[in-house]
Amino acid sequence: MQENIPEKKIKKQLTLPLGHAFNMSLRSIRIRFGRSVIVTMSIVLGIAFLMSILSSNAFVTGILEKGPENLKIVLQQNMEEMKIRQIWLISLSLLVCVVGIVNAMLMAVTERSREIGTMKCLGALDKYIVELFILESSMQGLAGSIIGVLFGSMASFVVYLLKYKGLIWGMFPAGLLLKYSLFSILLGIAISIIGAIYPAYVSAKMEPAEAIRREV
Amino acid sequence: MPKEAIVRTIGLKKTFLLGKIPLHVLKGIDIEIYRGEYISIMGPSGSGKTTLFNMIGGLDKPTEGKVYIDEVDIAQLDAYELAWLRCRKIGYIFQTFNLIPVMTALENVMLPMIFGGMENEDAMNKAKSLLETVGLGERLHHKPFELSGGQQQRVAIARALANDPAIILADEPTGNLDLKTGKEIIHLLKEMNKNKEVSIITATHDLKMLDVSDRVIWIRDGMIERIEDRENLEIKVGEVEGEEAG
Repeated sequence: MQENIPEKKIKKQLTLPLGHAFNMSLRSIRIRFGRSVIVTMSIVLGIAFLMSILSSNAFVTGILEKGPENLKIVLQQNMEEMKIRQIWLISLSLLVCVVGIVNAMLMAVTERSREIGTMKCLGALDKYIVELFILESSMQGLAGSIIGVLFGSMASFVVYLLKYKGLIWGMFPAGLLLKYSLFSILLGIAISIIGAIYPAYVSAKMEPAEAIRREV
Repeated sequence: MPKEAIVRTIGLKKTFLLGKIPLHVLKGIDIEIYRGEYISIMGPSGSGKTTLFNMIGGLDKPTEGKVYIDEVDIAQLDAYELAWLRCRKIGYIFQTFNLIPVMTALENVMLPMIFGGMENEDAMNKAKSLLETVGLGERLHHKPFELSGGQQQRVAIARALANDPAIILADEPTGNLDLKTGKEIIHLLKEMNKNKEVSIITATHDLKMLDVSDRVIWIRDGMIERIEDRENLEIKVGEVEGEEAG
């Protein structure tokens, strides 16, 4: 048979059009809606935590730049101490965010090992499977990160609004907040994809029989 | 007409490692299966049926020995060729149906054709006619969880036939079905075997299969115990049932 199926022909004959893949991933999220919500929630939580720390950092910077003198002096007095605490908090929230999202993705994809094995039985190449999971996880990552950014920045905004009342409007760090939001969203998507690719790749690399057998 | 071997195994061995203890599941299996045959691989649980099934289907790699499908040693194939083989040459049916849960019956049947590069519309028409053949013309747009076990297995049969394979491999296709539904599935498989001239290989311990099989391969403890032609079978059914009861 090696003679009668030239390699080029094979590559052409095994396909997964992108439109199909996109539909499949979207549907997969919709059908497993409950499960998808839980996974997305963990992305939301991780990113919201990170974003709340980042935006409170932004507010402090805003006060330092545009705030009234008396506040600046109080803040500057605590600056040294504050800096260390901020770094500590940001690294911690990053860590929580990464671990939370990766864990959720690992579980969600690993429990679909049987599905992956079945697709391989039907003639799917490893890369189709990885492609499907990249699409699915990036959609979840995008949705989760946007919601997370909104929640996180709202939370710290409310805290600073209560503390400084109307003063906050004068020193609103819009540019910095936007920068942090973009960073958080990109990070959220990247971590979701990485967290999903790894187990999808492991299952796709397995012999189909093993992937179907694999118990989670 | 000379018999043409579609599947051939030579000295097939498979060893699993349970921790550090090697477990010899298959201990050297030599079989030849001819084009158009209906074969049942029978044996008690743990005899190695499913493992043998996985080896023949290119779903797992043997520890030792060779599997030839259509005279091609499948160990020599690369990932593309193996995927092509699974897509075009072999249709799989599982005890647990293994339909893709997010897809409708129609889309499940279309999937192998889409992987195989068929145009969407052609794939849809073919999937429709296959589902009609298996008696599910009315349920094209149902999701697997909206179908009964028997109906899901029918979808799986239609999916297995999608790319007109030369072989259908069925691992305990009736294992999760009741007596009546199981019979219907067996007859459906036999019908496909006759009409489409596809070789059917089932791993099973369902005695209902004996009626339709051309040959029965008995496996015990990872070895072939005996191979029987259908003509010699009927006499032994009583004995077999005794064996099952014991």
